[in-house]
Amino acid sequence: MSKRVASRDKAPQNLLVALKEAQSRHGYLPHDLMREMAESLDVPVNDVYGVASFYSFLAIRPAGRNIIRICKSLPCYLKNSQIIIETVAREIGIGPGETTPDGRFSFELTNCIGLCDRAPAMLINNDAHVDLTPEKIKQILKNYE
Amino acid sequence: MPQAKVVLKNCGVIDPRRISTYLDADGFKALEKARREMSPEEVINEVKVAGLRGRGGAGFPCGIKWEGARNSPGDEKYVICNADEGEVGTFKDRYILENDPFTLIEGLALAGYAVGAGQGYVYLRAEYHYLLDLLQGAVNQAGESGFLDGFDINIREGAGAYVCGEESALMESIEGRRGESRYRPPFPTVAGLWQKPTTINNVETLMNIPRIVLDGGSWYSKMGTERSQGTKVFSVSGDVARPGVYELVLGSPLRELVDELASARDVKLVQIGGATGRIIPYDMIDTPLSFENILGAGAVTVFDKSRDVIDIVHRTMEFLAEESCGKCTPCRQGTQVMVEILERFCRGEGLKKDIKVLEDLAETMMLSSLCGLGQAAPFAFLDTLKYFRDDYDSRIQGN
Repeated sequence: MSKRVASRDKAPQNLLVALKEAQSRHGYLPHDLMREMAESLDVPVNDVYGVASFYSFLAIRPAGRNIIRICKSLPCYLKNSQIIIETVAREIGIGPGETTPDGRFSFELTNCIGLCDRAPAMLINNDAHVDLTPEKIKQILKNYE
Repeated sequence: MPQAKVVLKNCGVIDPRRISTYLDADGFKALEKARREMSPEEVINEVKVAGLRGRGGAGFPCGIKWEGARNSPGDEKYVICNADEGEVGTFKDRYILENDPFTLIEGLALAGYAVGAGQGYVYLRAEYHYLLDLLQGAVNQAGESGFLDGFDINIREGAGAYVCGEESALMESIEGRRGESRYRPPFPTVAGLWQKPTTINNVETLMNIPRIVLDGGSWYSKMGTERSQGTKVFSVSGDVARPGVYELVLGSPLRELVDELASARDVKLVQIGGATGRIIPYDMIDTPLSFENILGAGAVTVFDKSRDVIDIVHRTMEFLAEESCGKCTPCRQGTQVMVEILERFCRGEGLKKDIKVLEDLAETMMLSSLCGLGQAAPFAFLDTLKYFRDDYDSRIQGN
C-alpha cells in the first residue's frame, strides 16, 4: 500500500507540489509556465492559476531574491510592529507589496507566523528574526544580498 | 491548580536531534507496548477512557474519531498530524516541534496502529520551514531504529494559508488543490484524504497518546474536570511580562495563567483562541480554562487598559476576511462587510443601524458558513458588544 501512496505523492498530478518545485527553480510562477503546466498535467489553466494564487507563499509576479515578511497580526502589533514595518520600508526604500528595482528584496506583510512570544517578528526567506528593534534591522538586512 | 508536565515533559530534557536521548526517557516504550500486548481496539479504548479531546480547538473526542476511522470499511486509511498552527497568537506546536519531535512521531505511529493506517502525514505550515530538517531528521532516526516498520510518515509543507488548519481544507491542500473547506458529511473518518477513511489530529493531541498508552486512560482521566480531562498547553502573548508556553491542568483559572505565570498588569481583556476565539473582560479572569467554558487551541492574547476594543475587533476581522478561503458566501462576504462597518466605528463614524446589521450578519454567518472560520468569525464582535457596549455606542455618529 505505501508504495502506491508514495508514487501518487510524487506524481505530477499533485499540482501544489509541482508549483512549489517550479517556483524554487524560477523564483516565481510566470504565466507561460503555468500554461505549459496545465497542458502537461491535462488540467484547465484556471486550476493551475487558482492554486498558484491561493497560497501566500506562491508568487504569480516576479519576486525579489529575498522575501521579507513582517508579521502584522495582533500579538506583534501590540509590540509595535508598525515601527519595524516603517524602519524596513525606510531602509530598503519600498513599501509593503513592492520589490526593490535591483531585485534584492520583496517586502510583504504577513499574518501570524507563530513567534508571538518573541514579538515583533519577521521571516526573511525561511529564517525567523525575533525580538526586533529598529536598531537591529540594518544589521539583519546586511546578511541578505 | 498546578502546572503539570504531560505534553511538555521532554521539552528541554531530551536532545531533539538525538533519538538516544528520547529512548533514555522511555521513548517508544508505548509503541512497543501497544504492538506487543494491545489490540488496536484496546489502544482506542484507553484513549476513550482517558477522555482525551482534540487540542486544536474543536475538542472532539479523540477515541471516538479513531474508532470511526477504524470501523470504516476499506484497507487504505490515513492518519494526519495537523501542524499547520496558524491561529493568531498560537505557537505551542512550534515549541513542541522544536523540543520534542519524537513524542509526536510516536503518537502518530500509535494513531496509525489504532486506526489501521499504513501511511501518516504531518502537514507543516510553510512559516515553520526552519523546523523541517529537525522533524525529518527525527522521522528518519525513528525509521532507522525500526520503530516505523509498516508505517510511513510523509511530511508535507503548506504554502501559506491559515484556512488549511481547518481539517478538510488541509486535506484538499495535501491533494494539491486550493485549501478550500469541504461540505460535510461525509466526514473524514469515512471519506477523508483521497476519499479514504482518515483521522486528523492536532500536534498536541498526539503528544498525549504515548503517556495514555503507557500509564493508562484512567490515570490520565484523573486530571482535569468532568468534561475536560488532562492538561492543556497555552501560548501566552501580548501585554504580559513573561510571554511563553505554559502547560496547566484543565480547569485551572485563567487568572493563574495571566496574572501569576505571565505576570500581566492592568489587564483590560483577554482573547482566548485567537481570531476565532472568545474575548473576556478582566472581571471574569477567574473563569476556568476548560472545554465547557473557554479554551480554543490555547492562544491567550492579553490586552492592557491602554488598548482600544474596537481596534482589536477590527484587526481581528481584517485577518479573517483576508484568510477566508472564499468558497462559501456567508464567510467570504460577511467578513468583508464586517471589516467595512468596523472601519467606520474606528473612525468614530458608526451609524445607528450598524449594530443591528452586524448582529444579523453574525447570526447568518454562524448558522450558514461552511467551516469553523466563518462560523466563529463573529465571536470577537459579539463578545465585545456584550462586555464593552459603550465602546461601540460612543463611536456612533451623533452620540
